[in-house]
Amino acid sequence: MNRYPLWKYLIMAAVLVVGFVYALPNFYGEAPAVQITSAHPGRDLPNATLLNQGTQALKVAGIEPVRGFISDSTLNFSFATTEIQLKARDVLAHALNPNRDNPNYIVAVNLLSLSPAWLTGLHAFPMYLGLDLRGGVHFLLQVDMQAAIQKKLDSIDGELKSALRDKDVRYTELHRVGDTVQLDFRDPEMFRAAQPIVKAVAGDSIITSEPSAAGGGSFSIKLSPQTIQQTETYAIKQNITTLHNRINELGVAEPVIQQQGSDRVVVELPGIQDTARAKDILGRTASLEVRMVDDSPEAQAALVSGGPAPAGDQKLYDRSGNALMVKKDVLLTGQNLTDAQTGFDPQNNQPAVFLTLDSRGSRIFRDVTRANIGKRTAMVLIDRHRAEVVTAPVIRSEIAGGRVQISGSMTVPEANDIALLLRAGALAAPMQIIEERTVGPSLGQQNIAQGFHSVTWGFLAIVAFMCVYYMLFGAVSSIALAVNLMLLIALLSMLQATLTLPGIAAMALALGMAIDSNVLINERIREELRNGANPQAAIATGYERAWATILDSNVTTLIAGLALLIFGSGAVRGFAVVHVLGILTSMFSAVFFSRGLVNLWYGRKRRLQAVSIGQIWKPEAVAVKSSAKR
Amino acid sequence: MEFFRIRRDIPFMRFAPVFNIVSALMFVAAVFFIFNRGLHLSIEFTGGTVMEVGYPQAANLDSIRGDVSKLGYGDVQVQTFGNAQDVVIRLPLREGQTSVQQSDKVLAALKSTNPQVLLRRTEFVGPQVGSELATDGLKALAFVIVGIMLYLAMRFEWKFSVAAIIANLHDVIIVLGFFALFQWEFSLPVLAAVLAVLGYSVNESVVIFDRVRENFRKYRKHTTVQVIDSAITNTISRTIITHGSTLAMAFSMFFFGGPALHFFALALIIGISMSIYSSVFVAAAIAMWLGVKREDMLKSGPGRPKNPNDPNAGAVV
Repeated sequence: MNRYPLWKYLIMAAVLVVGFVYALPNFYGEAPAVQITSAHPGRDLPNATLLNQGTQALKVAGIEPVRGFISDSTLNFSFATTEIQLKARDVLAHALNPNRDNPNYIVAVNLLSLSPAWLTGLHAFPMYLGLDLRGGVHFLLQVDMQAAIQKKLDSIDGELKSALRDKDVRYTELHRVGDTVQLDFRDPEMFRAAQPIVKAVAGDSIITSEPSAAGGGSFSIKLSPQTIQQTETYAIKQNITTLHNRINELGVAEPVIQQQGSDRVVVELPGIQDTARAKDILGRTASLEVRMVDDSPEAQAALVSGGPAPAGDQKLYDRSGNALMVKKDVLLTGQNLTDAQTGFDPQNNQPAVFLTLDSRGSRIFRDVTRANIGKRTAMVLIDRHRAEVVTAPVIRSEIAGGRVQISGSMTVPEANDIALLLRAGALAAPMQIIEERTVGPSLGQQNIAQGFHSVTWGFLAIVAFMCVYYMLFGAVSSIALAVNLMLLIALLSMLQATLTLPGIAAMALALGMAIDSNVLINERIREELRNGANPQAAIATGYERAWATILDSNVTTLIAGLALLIFGSGAVRGFAVVHVLGILTSMFSAVFFSRGLVNLWYGRKRRLQAVSIGQIWKPEAVAVKSSAKR
Repeated sequence: MEFFRIRRDIPFMRFAPVFNIVSALMFVAAVFFIFNRGLHLSIEFTGGTVMEVGYPQAANLDSIRGDVSKLGYGDVQVQTFGNAQDVVIRLPLREGQTSVQQSDKVLAALKSTNPQVLLRRTEFVGPQVGSELATDGLKALAFVIVGIMLYLAMRFEWKFSVAAIIANLHDVIIVLGFFALFQWEFSLPVLAAVLAVLGYSVNESVVIFDRVRENFRKYRKHTTVQVIDSAITNTISRTIITHGSTLAMAFSMFFFGGPALHFFALALIIGISMSIYSSVFVAAAIAMWLGVKREDMLKSGPGRPKNPNDPNAGAVV
């Protein structure tokens, strides 16, 4: 009755092996490392040449890396101490980025797991430590959606103005009433003529027209719910992309930039201590300028020879690192640009970027394009005093009406990229920091150590008690508890869940609660023995009877854990993940696994006289010595 | 070794009225403290700025208080955190001033007095985040209560589910009462601990109810009181050993977990201690007074798995 079929033992063994392998990476520790990634997504991926170059540079500086290797798209060097790591970071940054203004690579310090390659090959990684354990900065940013909507209305406003002017339709007033654009006419003829124009410009909005008693009329244009939603989605997406670009510059190895809810963004920068600089970079505004490219022979000569730029020119780089001579005069700024979208050139169906300019912008652009057909303009993005040419298209014809199309040999992703950069280069909507947290690295270390100590001491106390009180069954329970801890760590590592200090607390609590199942079982077995059952029957009944109770009590605990998981955020969620997983692993280890061990030990003995579960005290027969002898 | 050598069933229910009066008094006192003194909510809920600074030697709190109050913040708290060198400073939200400006100003003021001060941690939470957390916390509480009641009503009987939930809210309210009385800081981890206590405490009641159900089937001649008494007596050694283990963990966190886990562990310790008591005296007693009878337990409701080892399974009285 107390024998498991072979397949159950096989499951036990398999779970044990898998659990062990996936828990293992957490015990190797981490080494200070420098990570090198491309500054331009998708280009300049680290390769063997770069690895060589880096190793050489380190050798020249007299630094010996412990390990240097390429994994995925990062080049990693690990070092013995943090001091060497910081020195190496400077050496590598200097050697691999000859042009300081336009770096090709992001050189960041990080901690690298020391687990051997075969484990990494099995996708066994250590748990991801939360900021409270590794140190760093956490921001929660609120995106101002109202501002994004206003910006959208501004663009409708501007487009209407220029479209009406183009068709020579005169209106009395164009103004904003709350979230609607109001367009008034006194002349009935003009009111009629405006109808198709308004429709064309604001087609996807809700337009209500109202003829007035005097003969004219007015239109009120309101954004449709779909447009509002689209605008909001688009604003947050754009903001996240812009944040990504900015954070790249900070050289953070594993930044977390995530949307939270409909209008919030979480930014976590592990390892960063300089909050002021981080905030400066997150909150800055980039600007866009339209200038002319100087393709004159002198300018070209200066480019080739590397000599000084001609007067009034400035040497800038485009996104693939090519140099251009650009005039210093600014024709237009990003403020005149109301929108930039990707689309397809109707003539050849090639990807293109469509820009919309406001009325002032369109007038200037018309004059500039009329005078400069065949020449190139440069769209320059200025981000923290660093100017970069986003694109430099050739002017083919005069462009009136404020709708500019940039086409040429570009792919769809490139077009998207350019549109994104032009759209604001800055943020689609302003953001505000509503939560901020900085944890120093020493505090993180201390938190890990203290969390680890509390789990260890609590665990040891329980094991000691169980072994003394329940003898062999206590030892089995203790092994089951250790297996539970191992499985929990393995699961957390597999899921790559973020471990935080409350998570460690949940681990301790999970162990405390997991032992409950074993106590229930052991007490039941004792009770059966006390009532005179034979040992084999007592074991079987004990496990079976206890199971119903264990199930009920764990499901209720699980309900509480799920509530925390659903409604919690931050610290509470970190706690809940471990809590819920801990309940699940404890049901496996305390019931299935411990019974397997007991069956292995006792199951084969046909005539079992006694089991080692401590003393069984029988009230009616004190004289009879306890049946619990080995 | 056997700790508990119990000859016959302990008449727990005979003492139930006395303990329930004690419970009721404790409960009322806890509610009184919660409403009268309020919880000392952490900045995660209220919004504001917290700074943790470290000094190479024991910090002079009075001088720090003096430096900070010179900056003109109204309600500033300065406390040591864990040891004498680390100090936590709490600043209230202030219109038109970002937390950076606040914390920079404070740090500059502290540096002017003692240049060796080191910023260890800053935390800033805006007002809307805090109020959201509070609503989310209440939602979680409601979810837990409804979920547990439904589950227990399904697996046992509505009388048990009502009794269990009253007993558990009793524990939670008393934990909150302690936090209100002593003005311990109520932070997000503490909220997690309180909700975990709710789950834990139900766990406790369920073990006893489970045994009550079994004993109703086993001892057909016993009265309800006898059945409950014997169920509690049967499970008492498990109750104490389990709680001992869990308390050992909670104390381990309390002593070794450092200041960050201090109040979390404290909430657990109080919650666990309360739940031993409440599952025995409150949950079982309320179930008794709600009139649990053998008939409630014997009708084989849907969803209740039949126990193959139960000799009385399917028996009809």
